[in-house]
Amino acid sequence: MRLTCPHCGERDRREFYYAGSAEQLQRPARDAGEGAWNDYLHNRDNPAGDTRDLWYHESGCGAWLVVSRNTVTHAIASIELAAEVKR
Amino acid sequence: MRIAGRGLYDQNRKVSFTFDGRKVEGVNGDTVASALLANDIRLVGRSFKYHRPRGILTAGSEEANALITVGRGAAAEPNLRATVQEVFDGLETRSQNRWPSLAVDALAVNDLMAPFFGAGFYYKTFMWPRKFWEGLYEPFIRRAAGLGALSGQHNEDHYERAFAHCDILVIGGGPAGLMAALTAARSGADVILADEDSRFGGRLLAETGTIDGLPGHQWAEGIVAELATMPNVRLMTRTTVTGAYDGGTFGALERVAQHLPRADHLPRECFWRIVAKRAVLCAGALERPVAFADNDRPGIMNAGAVRAYVNRWGVAPGREVAIFCNNDSAHDTARDLIAAGVRVAAVIDSRAEAPKSDDYRVIAGGVVTGTRGRQGLREIAVTQDGKESRIAADCLAVSGGWNPSVHLTCHMNGRPVWDATLLAFVPRPGSVPGLSTAGACNGRFATSDCLADGVEAAKVALSELGLKAADIAVPQAGAGDYRIEALWAVPGKRRAWLDFQNDVTVKDVRLAAQENFSSVEHMKRYTTQGMSPDQGKNSNVAALAVLADATGRGIPETGTTTYRPPFVPVPIAAMGAGAQGKGFAPQRFTTSHQASVDRHAPMIEAGLWYRPSYFPRPGETHWRQSCDREVTMVRKTVGICDVSTLGKIDIQGKDAAQFLDFVYTNTFSTLPVGRVRYGLMLREDGHVLDDGTTARLSDSHFVMTTTTAAAGLVMRHLEFVAQVLRPELDVQCVSVTEQWAQFGVAGPLSRDLLASLVDDPITDEALPYMGVTDVSVGGVAARLFRISFSGERAYEIAVPARYGQSLYRQLVAQAEVMGGGPYGMEALNVLRIEKGFITHAEIHGRTTAFDIGADRMVSRKKDCIGQAAAARPGLVDENREQLVGLKPVNPDAAVSAGAHLFRSADPATRVNDQGYVTSVCWSPTLTSNLALAFLKNGRARHGERVRLVDHLRKIETLCVVCDPQFLDPEGGRMRG
Repeated sequence: MRLTCPHCGERDRREFYYAGSAEQLQRPARDAGEGAWNDYLHNRDNPAGDTRDLWYHESGCGAWLVVSRNTVTHAIASIELAAEVKR
Repeated sequence: MRIAGRGLYDQNRKVSFTFDGRKVEGVNGDTVASALLANDIRLVGRSFKYHRPRGILTAGSEEANALITVGRGAAAEPNLRATVQEVFDGLETRSQNRWPSLAVDALAVNDLMAPFFGAGFYYKTFMWPRKFWEGLYEPFIRRAAGLGALSGQHNEDHYERAFAHCDILVIGGGPAGLMAALTAARSGADVILADEDSRFGGRLLAETGTIDGLPGHQWAEGIVAELATMPNVRLMTRTTVTGAYDGGTFGALERVAQHLPRADHLPRECFWRIVAKRAVLCAGALERPVAFADNDRPGIMNAGAVRAYVNRWGVAPGREVAIFCNNDSAHDTARDLIAAGVRVAAVIDSRAEAPKSDDYRVIAGGVVTGTRGRQGLREIAVTQDGKESRIAADCLAVSGGWNPSVHLTCHMNGRPVWDATLLAFVPRPGSVPGLSTAGACNGRFATSDCLADGVEAAKVALSELGLKAADIAVPQAGAGDYRIEALWAVPGKRRAWLDFQNDVTVKDVRLAAQENFSSVEHMKRYTTQGMSPDQGKNSNVAALAVLADATGRGIPETGTTTYRPPFVPVPIAAMGAGAQGKGFAPQRFTTSHQASVDRHAPMIEAGLWYRPSYFPRPGETHWRQSCDREVTMVRKTVGICDVSTLGKIDIQGKDAAQFLDFVYTNTFSTLPVGRVRYGLMLREDGHVLDDGTTARLSDSHFVMTTTTAAAGLVMRHLEFVAQVLRPELDVQCVSVTEQWAQFGVAGPLSRDLLASLVDDPITDEALPYMGVTDVSVGGVAARLFRISFSGERAYEIAVPARYGQSLYRQLVAQAEVMGGGPYGMEALNVLRIEKGFITHAEIHGRTTAFDIGADRMVSRKKDCIGQAAAARPGLVDENREQLVGLKPVNPDAAVSAGAHLFRSADPATRVNDQGYVTSVCWSPTLTSNLALAFLKNGRARHGERVRLVDHLRKIETLCVVCDPQFLDPEGGRMRG
């Protein structure tokens, strides 16, 4: 598997750390309540198809990335810097 | 038998090797298989289950029978294919799975017991008595069944791993692959051409057809010669592309030195990862046998392999060859044999409309219904129009048709498509992104089609890459017909083999279907069909055709089993090259490493780091003596410890303080410049992530320390918070762990020691407990922290790493003058347990701030990571296990980490479990064993007696629960 880091270009996936769903971008407020926090911490979809997840270019530039990919075809649709997605 | 003047190799260049100790002569260019056949050695192995005599089946890496062990001793390598292994002077080979010898094999008795050994026999036969399985049945089956064995010794051989990148990877160097590579190379693309054979040409080396008027192998030589001169081409022979993976990544195994006498400077094999923008698969096709009664005797082989031995190696596999086929291609075998002067007994063609010939006898509509010859074929039985006759033959060339090598196209979950004309599976286009197929692997068997396909596939790949394809003429070659009629298994009562390697017969597959293992995946696992090293290359399609027949479904509906990498067996030694022993993980050394080794300190691994365990002095014979001395030394004088392995993260930016408030549970924005604060970090789920101290160097500049173990984890976490959760904050983090060497100086004399080395005065006013200041040491700018992990007055001094070794030696020398010295991890651990300081033994991922008694460190005035989740009722329940100290009632009584705690009256069983021990030590300061533990509602139970029980180590000790700070709970010693 190869990922194209916006800073570093196309790299082998061994340079990256996988951190699960990009839902983690939407951190609830501290008083959002148990339900919201439970969803944020524990509940994830397991899609056969398009998914967005977070990868960390740990052995590269240290950027956190939002990767849109397909779990069935393994095709990668887009890779963006997490910091820019959030802004 | 060698045929004089035939073949592509010089028959005068003799090579001598051994097979089962017997000297065998071959010629340069031979494989072990061709050399054995040239010497009329037909029996080369014993089958897996029945120990049936077996001979060579094929002429390639798909070989099912001729597996051999090469070399001897620790370097012996089992299960190599005689059809791939090239001969050289001094090569030693042995047959496998036989005892005492290949010709007289005691376990051939298994064959007589075959009625008991059908599919699933071990599920049925060895059920009772149950306890016999482990002690008797399984060892027996393991001994009886099998292939080659490993030596059991450490393998000293050298292997390699490597990476390569290219525009276009061409897999297979036959006519299609050569044209694809040539087209791509002439158009300026970076090309890798890989072929698993020792030379390029593919089937051109085995056939007699011409291309542009030249014999095929000569034409191939010309193309390879041109490619070899081009700087944008890498030619890789003896390299099998083993798997297709995501993103255009391919695995490949190169047999670098397997064909050479042992030479230390060369790796045996190299495992490649090749990243290609486009790939063209030109893997060719593999011939498949037909199942008929006793079709596994030595001398029965694939018809295409017979042509390869005759045309390429100049070897006749027999003197009287019969041919059995259901398609046209095997008729070439008859013609080539006759041209080479070998007698063709008959061509038995199952098709009523078989091609006729004036040169050889054709038995149209006939089938082979039996064979004779215990250790080698003597005679075949042929049935035509219901009448059986016998034909003498010492070799039977069989062709049941050809299977395109679709394997790599299926490695990413693609399923091949059934072609009802070819009676074979062909690739489904687009199964592997960026990979196209050309030639025989695409179901296009004629040489002319292969050549045209190769050019076309390269042109498509070039245009996808935006490269203009060079003009190239497709060479002229024979078109040739390929007509086939289905024939998978000849009906009959005797056993007919499908999978030679795993001894699976037609009967086994039918039995599986009958017992309702009718899905192809179930049938495979029930019969072990296709589960041998050849992965069913010779047998899977026929087996599923038999299954389809038995279940009444069609072949496309039956489907194939899943093709998985690797295409050929890959030694773990090659994939893991370099990762043995010290190569298993990188080693990180501190700047004091050599000084510690010089003092004979045993080094222990801490993550990737190596740290000194203790520093033995003359007369000390046990680690505890050294450790006790070092602890007392720190408590009474001064000790030096390298703490550079702790993570150091430099944090800067206008919002750095706000950032730290968010990642730590406690507040850092209120920390004055020049001060240090202990901080606790949670995971978002409310459990403790890590702890450490952070110093404020300026308004917008902090330096954080992490534990050694969690340095990488914390760095990743900080970047996550900075980039993913709070990108609006102006803050930057960078790891400076390797840039600074840092040494702990601990003990009552620590200030005096530093005062003698540091250029600036050190006062408690300027540098109070939990202070930080810039100092100069020997003219080098340094940072001096006053922090303590021992409970004594202590400092940590940090210098740029290049001065670390020098400073460490000076610190230790000065400490020794003052009655102190270096201390290691053992003493460090005792010192912190005496003080009740925690490490990852306590914050092991399941403990909360509440559990370790740091609940009040979770500020409610601000949000922080983990705050919301940490407030969940389950995480602050008073019955949670809380950090406590334990002192044995008898100070010498044993305590052990991992032991569990019970009320003194309760039986020590799981349901009564009250907690567990995380850290233990002997405290020379308090002359007692001590333990840190987690105990249910522990903070309210100080003074209670609990039973510490370690069932594994047979320890049972009565302990008193106490505050985890055993020593100086007020902290007067470290505050000074």
